[in-house]
Amino acid sequence: MIKLGVPAKGRLMQNTFDWFANRNVLLSKSGSDREYIGKVSGVTGVELILLSAGEIPGELAAGRIDLGVTGTDLVHEKLANWSKKITPVIEMGFGFANLMIAVPACWRDVTCLHDLDAVAARFRAQQGFRLRVATKYHRLVRQFMTEHGVADYQLVDSQGATEGAVKNETAEAIADITSSGATIEANHLRILEDGLVLKSQATLWQSRSAQGNCSELIKKIITTQI
Amino acid sequence: MTLLRIETERLLKFFQAAGAVRVETNILQQADVLLDLYGEDIRGRAFVTSDPLHGEQMLRPDFTVPIVQRHMAESAEPARYTYAGKVFRRQETDTDRSSEIDQVGYEVFDRGPAEKIEAEVFDIFYRVLAPFGLTASTGDVGLLLAAIEGLTTSQARKEALRRHIWRPRRFGALIERFSNIVGVKDLGLGGQQIGLRCAGDIKSRLAQLAQEAEAPPIPRSEVNAIKDLLAVKNTFPNALEDLENLAPRLPSIESAIVNMRKRASALRYAGIDISKIGFEAAYGLTAMEYYDGFVFGFYSPDQFDWPAVASGGRYDALTRVLGQGRSVPAVGGIVRPHYTQGLSQGALE
Repeated sequence: MIKLGVPAKGRLMQNTFDWFANRNVLLSKSGSDREYIGKVSGVTGVELILLSAGEIPGELAAGRIDLGVTGTDLVHEKLANWSKKITPVIEMGFGFANLMIAVPACWRDVTCLHDLDAVAARFRAQQGFRLRVATKYHRLVRQFMTEHGVADYQLVDSQGATEGAVKNETAEAIADITSSGATIEANHLRILEDGLVLKSQATLWQSRSAQGNCSELIKKIITTQI
Repeated sequence: MTLLRIETERLLKFFQAAGAVRVETNILQQADVLLDLYGEDIRGRAFVTSDPLHGEQMLRPDFTVPIVQRHMAESAEPARYTYAGKVFRRQETDTDRSSEIDQVGYEVFDRGPAEKIEAEVFDIFYRVLAPFGLTASTGDVGLLLAAIEGLTTSQARKEALRRHIWRPRRFGALIERFSNIVGVKDLGLGGQQIGLRCAGDIKSRLAQLAQEAEAPPIPRSEVNAIKDLLAVKNTFPNALEDLENLAPRLPSIESAIVNMRKRASALRYAGIDISKIGFEAAYGLTAMEYYDGFVFGFYSPDQFDWPAVASGGRYDALTRVLGQGRSVPAVGGIVRPHYTQGLSQGALE
């Protein structure tokens, strides 16, 4: 028996179910819609585990599930040295989202990371504290800033409605996932030209440490003609 | 006693015999002090924890900061300290490195002649490590600082370069940018004024950008001279000669060269054969360093994957940052006894 982890709610779950259905693997929630137990038909020896998308990277790394569906962003954020722990099987073509750095649109002088770094130095000198960047992707953003030599900033945690942080004066800039950029614009922000931290989409991953034999399922979903 | 304990005791006794007072520091350090000093990068390298009373704390990522704080708060100069214990570093990528690293240190706060104190500190590490056949490298961050000061460019640009000397990639990108005509910048579309950064500051930076667009580039000859300076790598006496040959192209480093000559005499006076010591102008210019003058490290010639077995240098600027208005010349360093323990074991076998 192999265990397949799938996001437990929303559009990501539905898109995953549709994606597998197109490959003749039928996934469904068993019993009531509120129950997080799944059913699998069209293939034998697969158990469906419904989980929060954010927990799937850790479950894969620990080997408690053999296969799992989650975004590249969550894998890179949650797992250090991810490629030693899990391996991508196939990109699924939905759940596209980019992790971007955005600043207030009124900062006409700031269009790139060089400007952000220069303004961070001024800001710290004037305000006495480091320029705040609101995000929930701490590791990814920190690595990105280090790589590009941005200094004198600090990350402040924001688990939701991050685009509102500047208006609420809890941050000066944000780093968040966006698909169209509409929410960013609506909140009087602008994406930096070179502010793309990561391109992400829903991906099927395989655990390197789990013991199950996934070859039959993988063969079926990769070779099925759509 | 384990070999590590024996080696740690040996180092502590050696440093105490040289006049150092043994001190201890807390393992839990106030996170905001370290964050303000090192920036957000330290979160990736240190263990962060918290309690409701003291707020965010870090497991000591180095000894220098608490030793400087302690000295600046209560002690008179001159002072010499030694200490032993663990520092804690998160390992995100290198799975073979330990997260707990033992260190034994020797730090000097003394307003005496700079080269004398530097030679004293280098000599004590040189002697305590003598049994192990290590090679020594040195550098001097003061050379690059002096070279920046002498560039034909605005104070704002010099300030921007100084801010990034410990980030070599960003430093290189800035030098490149400033040595070309920047040109008029395409500004972003404006929008509703939001956030703490005020409209006045945006306006003032826009004016700065307009000036910048017309600013003459840093002359190519000076940029090349800085590149040649950073490439100097030789034995100490030959590096001194290389630097003297470079000085006509970078006249502002003359005083830093004078300091190096004095240091060379002081080291010779201490009985050190400086032709066996390396010098690299770019040495010590890596992330998270606070050294701003003489720097040194000792390496194993046959263990290429080891970090420095011992390292140290001058950190006057750090005492100014942590001293709340006060500052004191400071030079010090640490040995990682985990490695010398291994070496002495090898030497005994």
